[in-house]
Amino acid sequence: MGSRPLLLLRILLPVVVLAAGIAAWELVVRLNDIPPYVLPAPSVVFQTLISDWPVLSQSLLTTLLTTLQGFLAAAIGGIVLALLFNQSKWLEYSLFPYAVILQVTPVIAIAPLLLIYLPQQTAVVACAWIVAFFPVLSNTTLGLNSVDRNLAGLFQLYGASPLQTLAYLKLPAALPYILGGLRIAGGLSLIGAVVAEIAAGSAGAGSGLAYRIAESGYRLNIPRMFAALLLLSAAGIVIYALLALTSHLVLRRWHESALGKDN
Amino acid sequence: MAEPAALSDLGALRAGLAVSLRGVTKVYDNGVAALGPFDLDVRKGEFVSLLGPSGCGKSTALRLIAGLSAPSSGSVSVARPVNAARPAAAGGAGQSIGFVFQEPTLMPWTSVRENVRLPLKLSHAPAQQAAVRVSAALTQVGLADFADAYPRELSGGMKMRVSLARALVTDPDILLMDEPFAALDEITRFRLNNDLLALWRNLRKTVIFVTHSVFESVYLSQRVIVMSARPGRIGAEFHIDAPEPRAEEFRTSADYAGYCRTVSSALAPAYQGQSVG
Repeated sequence: MGSRPLLLLRILLPVVVLAAGIAAWELVVRLNDIPPYVLPAPSVVFQTLISDWPVLSQSLLTTLLTTLQGFLAAAIGGIVLALLFNQSKWLEYSLFPYAVILQVTPVIAIAPLLLIYLPQQTAVVACAWIVAFFPVLSNTTLGLNSVDRNLAGLFQLYGASPLQTLAYLKLPAALPYILGGLRIAGGLSLIGAVVAEIAAGSAGAGSGLAYRIAESGYRLNIPRMFAALLLLSAAGIVIYALLALTSHLVLRRWHESALGKDN
Repeated sequence: MAEPAALSDLGALRAGLAVSLRGVTKVYDNGVAALGPFDLDVRKGEFVSLLGPSGCGKSTALRLIAGLSAPSSGSVSVARPVNAARPAAAGGAGQSIGFVFQEPTLMPWTSVRENVRLPLKLSHAPAQQAAVRVSAALTQVGLADFADAYPRELSGGMKMRVSLARALVTDPDILLMDEPFAALDEITRFRLNNDLLALWRNLRKTVIFVTHSVFESVYLSQRVIVMSARPGRIGAEFHIDAPEPRAEEFRTSADYAGYCRTVSSALAPAYQGQSVG
């Protein structure tokens, strides 16, 4: 059988589940007359999304900017550090444990400290970076160490310089792993940004979506909480989809992960 | 790490020899004695097969000749390239040696053309000259039409041809082949055997061919060296004086069968003491 009906099914099924969920939610709220400050109906959430759009879109932009900065810092930092580790075992042995410590310490606990020592915006980006950079580092390290031994021998045979080996062999070989790391880092930098925003808890025009959620919670503006949550969720999905698409486009001609199963 | 012994000891290399190994041993870091002591002389333009069971050190010997690893003791000498006009590589014996691995060992992320161009790119050959040589090498192995394909789009035999083209693109004097056709089906293998012989007749390169197939070694080589295992040593040596050019008739001739029988019986002791299978 063709793959087209299967694809349609894979898109259709989650959509049906979503529609059923929303309908049931709406029904439960209406039948029981639940007030919006306890549980808003989906229709109320959408109304809020539209009516509060000026505030929410501003916050969305702020959060996305923080996420992007954290993600870029994580991508560059993770890849560069992995390259340095690959060049020098000494450096790797000296620094890798601290990368692990940074990763396993919950960022929610580090955030207040960072907010004391760094300017607020820097601290928020730093949080996003801390959470996101480790997967890039460890994946890139794994990729650089997964170079085919015979190919490495071939480069040695033809007298390749370390820079040539890096550019023509190690980086291309590590690319699928790097892209996998970036895909994880995208979602994590959003989480880092949200955590830091909640910890920062500052008001003003420049505050992000997570702050809107916390603020709306204090004011019992539950529909806006849901609307902000919806936007965060959508942002996460878009980030993931963009990175997955990038990965697919880069790898589609050669890597198993990007090829169809019947190929 | 083992102290690298004289890698390109040219003084010890007599005229007419392409490769000379003297008292070479290789002991790995884990204490396994893989090779030796091992002596081998290969004349320029000769086709020599190293034949033996898995783990007999054939591949180790080949890697030592290529300079991919250093001998624990003894000397490995490789003749300098005859063609002085060749673009200078960044040192090492690399420029006069082409290596074909057991696997095609291609870079999956780039095209056939770029794979074949690699050795020239690494030695900073001028782009125009490189392009000419790449297409010449691809023509030699019959893959001129597949230059823009990616390795995964090719069959096993075609990948091996790409690997061969890459080894030929620098016009090396010595071609080292490490069980290159072992993973291919028999028909493809026979075809590649014939193509390799044709290439060898035309280009007159020195070929050192590692295999565990008696039939392949007899069919291809002027000289078959049977190795014994652990550590790898030379067990016996046979000259295959069959008339050139060899083709499918040779494969079915009584001479060929006779050679195969003799070589097989010399190989049998190497398998003794090993579990069956």
